[in-house]
Amino acid sequence: MSKIHVTTTVNGDEMEFLCDPRETLLDVLRDRLNLTGAKEGCGTGDCGACSVTMNGRLVCSCLVLGAEAEGAEIATVEGIAQGDRLHPLQRKFIEHAALQCGICTPGILVAAKALLEKHPDPTEEQVRFWLAGNLCRCTGYDKIIRAVMDAAAEMREAA
Amino acid sequence: MQFHSPATFVEAAALAAEAQGVTRFLAGGTDVLVQLRSDMVTPDTLIDIKKIGGVRDIKLNDDGSWTLGVAVSGAEMNEHGPLRAAWPGLCEAMDLIGSTQIQGRATLAGNLCNGSPAADSVPAMVAACVTATITGPQGERTVAVESIPTGPGLTSLEKGELISALHIPARGENAGDAYLRFIPRTEMDIAVVGAAVNLRLDGDTITEARVALGAVAPTVRLVPEAAEALIGSTLDDGALEKLVAACSAACSPIDDKRGTIAFRTEVAGVMAKRAARIAYARAKGETIEGHHG
Repeated sequence: MSKIHVTTTVNGDEMEFLCDPRETLLDVLRDRLNLTGAKEGCGTGDCGACSVTMNGRLVCSCLVLGAEAEGAEIATVEGIAQGDRLHPLQRKFIEHAALQCGICTPGILVAAKALLEKHPDPTEEQVRFWLAGNLCRCTGYDKIIRAVMDAAAEMREAA
Repeated sequence: MQFHSPATFVEAAALAAEAQGVTRFLAGGTDVLVQLRSDMVTPDTLIDIKKIGGVRDIKLNDDGSWTLGVAVSGAEMNEHGPLRAAWPGLCEAMDLIGSTQIQGRATLAGNLCNGSPAADSVPAMVAACVTATITGPQGERTVAVESIPTGPGLTSLEKGELISALHIPARGENAGDAYLRFIPRTEMDIAVVGAAVNLRLDGDTITEARVALGAVAPTVRLVPEAAEALIGSTLDDGALEKLVAACSAACSPIDDKRGTIAFRTEVAGVMAKRAARIAYARAKGETIEGHHG
């Protein structure tokens, strides 16, 4: 089977890869581009562990084909920190202990960042609905919600 | 698997008409990719229709009607203020589907062509008199959306045919729509029952109505008897009673883990009654949030 040549932008860097037409963007990110931040949880778009943004839109990378990334701008958890400087969301997740096993964390960080870009001052209800597609089996969610609210407050002050 | 990204619908239809084996069109992929990954449906040919011009456009026509591209996502619909203001029931029905991530990709046309009897956006589209342009090897035709699903997972589309645009009528004056579904929790679930109502008033009296039910029959069902119960009334208790009876009578659901036949049959009437009240209030000019928004 012939492979598809794809040129895309990931976290601001232009990248090229060859992929099978059946390969998902998640497979490509992890296995071809060595960006293993996005995780495979369910593989069917239910758990959100593979969340990335494509052209600014939050998506499950397990439900996007690698071939669809042609010409797109992809952002993953690897692009959130500025070098050694953590993003406020990342710092607040550590401060609030908003993670335990950590499998869901990259997806939740990407999803929460997308939320705060759209709604810098969200209500707790908005945060909970926005993150309804990101499952966490460790924390019970409260710490995650508090971390996101706190990061949002800090980012508003800094802005 | 062959992967194609044609530049026109005519080209997409020709590719599908010539393809051997299983063919799928890819828009948002939230059903196609799930089926592909779980080995339920393995297409021999996959045709990505997102490179076709205009598929992401939401266009308000001069006559007040809307033309929606087939790759417009739920998120794009719900971020479009004028569309949401004109057709809140339809937009909310779409918004009920899945998570933020799914909303970034899922489309009305995909929800329709997936053929699920429980598809949330479909009763709302049927109630709203939405029509679809279908492009195929024989050219184009336009049909009412209710003629497309024919059973669970099945559609009336012929080999080589695909939806190339959706058309939402002009909202007009003194009119409102609403969609409600029953699920046992608040979010992220499949409808046990869905009910959509679209109506128009003259003063306090309902002059036009469409009622459609989801998840209570092998396809989404338009219920003319339920509409007749509303037309000519002021949504008084007598009319609502007739609406409930007509909706329950139109149900032929399955028993499954989500709901029994008896439960679905009863709840269909309840959901239709509540949706009718919201649609009526909207037709009166009230702003009502159907859910979390």
